Amino acid sequence: MTASSLVSIEDLTVQFRTDRGWTTAIEGVSFDVAEGDCVGVVGESGSGKSVTALSMLRLHARGTSRFARGSVRYGGQDLLRAPERTLRQIRGRDIAMVFQDPMSSLNPVLTICDQISETLCLHQGVSRAAARQRAIELLDLVRIPDASRRVDEYPHRLSGGMRQRVMIAIAIACRPRLLIADEPTTALDVTIQAQILELLRDLRAELGMAVMLISHDLGVIAEFARRVIVMYAGRIVEDAPVDVLFRAPRHPYTEGLMASMPALEGGAGRLYAIPGRIPDADEPIAGCRFGPRCAHVEAICQAAAPELVAIGATHRVRCTPRTRTSGTS
Amino acid sequence: MADDVLVEVRDLDMAFKIKGQRGQPTMLHVLHKLSFDIGRGETLGLVGESGSGKSTAGRILVGLFEPTGGSVKLFGRPITGPERRANLAAVRSRLQFVFQDPHAALNPRLRVGDSIAEPIDIAGTMSRRDRNDRVKELLEMVGLPRDSAERFPHEFSGGQRQRIVIARALALAPAFIVCDEPVSALDVSMQAQIINLLMDLQARFGLSYLFIAHDLAVVRAVTHRVAVMYAGSIVEVAPKDVLYEKPQHPYTQALLDAVPRPDPARVRPQVIGGEVPSLLVPPPGCRFHTRCPHAMPRCRVDIPVLRETGDGRQTACHLYEGPSVIPSAARDLPRSAHGASSAGDPSLRSG
Repeated sequence: MTASSLVSIEDLTVQFRTDRGWTTAIEGVSFDVAEGDCVGVVGESGSGKSVTALSMLRLHARGTSRFARGSVRYGGQDLLRAPERTLRQIRGRDIAMVFQDPMSSLNPVLTICDQISETLCLHQGVSRAAARQRAIELLDLVRIPDASRRVDEYPHRLSGGMRQRVMIAIAIACRPRLLIADEPTTALDVTIQAQILELLRDLRAELGMAVMLISHDLGVIAEFARRVIVMYAGRIVEDAPVDVLFRAPRHPYTEGLMASMPALEGGAGRLYAIPGRIPDADEPIAGCRFGPRCAHVEAICQAAAPELVAIGATHRVRCTPRTRTSGTS
Repeated sequence: MADDVLVEVRDLDMAFKIKGQRGQPTMLHVLHKLSFDIGRGETLGLVGESGSGKSTAGRILVGLFEPTGGSVKLFGRPITGPERRANLAAVRSRLQFVFQDPHAALNPRLRVGDSIAEPIDIAGTMSRRDRNDRVKELLEMVGLPRDSAERFPHEFSGGQRQRIVIARALALAPAFIVCDEPVSALDVSMQAQIINLLMDLQARFGLSYLFIAHDLAVVRAVTHRVAVMYAGSIVEVAPKDVLYEKPQHPYTQALLDAVPRPDPARVRPQVIGGEVPSLLVPPPGCRFHTRCPHAMPRCRVDIPVLRETGDGRQTACHLYEGPSVIPSAARDLPRSAHGASSAGDPSLRSG
């Protein structure tokens, strides 16, 4: 954990209760988010990217989930063990979240004004009139035209892109230090996606907050993040600055993921496809969880689970052969 | 190709009756004068954002909706007009549909083999033994183990389920398959496998596809020609390389610009502002003029029609009409005009 860390996640291991007992969804997830940083988390379904984000705010249902190990340190305390009251203060005020589907995140029977005011009244104790004024300013800030009229409307009157702007307005209402955006543009059309990503970029610069963007889309990650964490089957497999990751990925999964993306710039013919399928969370796999699908698998990969090893000041890789041959420092 | 056209669509219109304000029935016009052909062994990509009408067009082509105007010919037989029923019955076994969500497209209580054999059972043309052999053959074709027939859909992953759906689509050896977002519900690594499978099957059986998708990179990988739709109309249709390398219509350009690339060093073009207009109160003239950086006074009045603009391309845009315009010049017009007018966005005003 460095001095400028805003949030520091150490060895986060989350389990869920299933019919067959406790299933490990993510294991040994460790990374820091620095003040003002812009971290992209990329992975396919079941990779654990959303579980990681929800754990940071302890938003998993109690009873069916548990933190087997690890910590999430923010402002001198461990959010995994802090009292619920503390978390309620932190959620929305210090760390805010935007989810994928803006329609199911907004309450259909409350006006936009009500929903933005809720956060303001709760955390800042402002009056209703002041909150309404602030809501209009926030709608302006997320570039909703005609904000003073829109503020009194209900979510169903807004398009998907406008709803996501409202979600972002709610999230930034209290000027959080970290905004977690979980697939914020996945449900949107591509031209609207470009608008929302641009808005998030501008807001990050204007408000100086850190953003953690979760996406399955390498294109979105490349255009948004400064640093990228690649997850596979509940583990971080690679963590690198964005230009390094896209120029010289080190983990075979990262390579495969990039190769299997069809390119907009052409190159017809068959696509590279990673063989096999993503394993279930409780599927027993000896050693590296990517091993069964890996083109470069060796005996050592099955013998022991690889560790996430630093291969430079800012680059970490979870791959035994790659970290052995690349000369660790 | 002209004598080998499987699908011929001319001036297709589609309107749905919906409940408008105060419960009065209103017509929602979702397709406007759509025309295109699909040749034997060809894949036509249909791209566009939500509400552009691409899925409706696909459903009309397999006979699920009856269009309110225009004509559709499949295998040379009109499935519009008085002969619709008879002709649909005659061509139905050669048409198939692959849906987006393989979880919803399979009956969870049917064994995979029975799901795949359902078209065969309905056609009633095979003995029990031939049917079961055919199921095994189909499973092999799509790269699934033969014993999958006895299992249930929940035992398979999303990618495998989409293989099952494709196997079912192939059961009656169709010639034309409408694939409506067949890979959008899948992860990238699964997506590549299914795209490859669809291309292999096309090479093997000479299939024609209408490939509906919003992901422009996927569409480039699988199609031969691409039609771009916006608010119910085709704005541009061209061989894929022509379209992707030199997009003509300002909407096609905006769409391609907006796709995020896996290249952190890319200089991002200006983002286009505004949103797709409401189909209930569509803007007059060109439907894209409210967002178009090159809009001229005439675009607010005249609806542009698709015309040939060379290289096997058709574009519906006033920029490419008349002798005074050099088509390739449009790409060089100032890009800074993009997205300047979100305050005047009609989709917001119509509410």
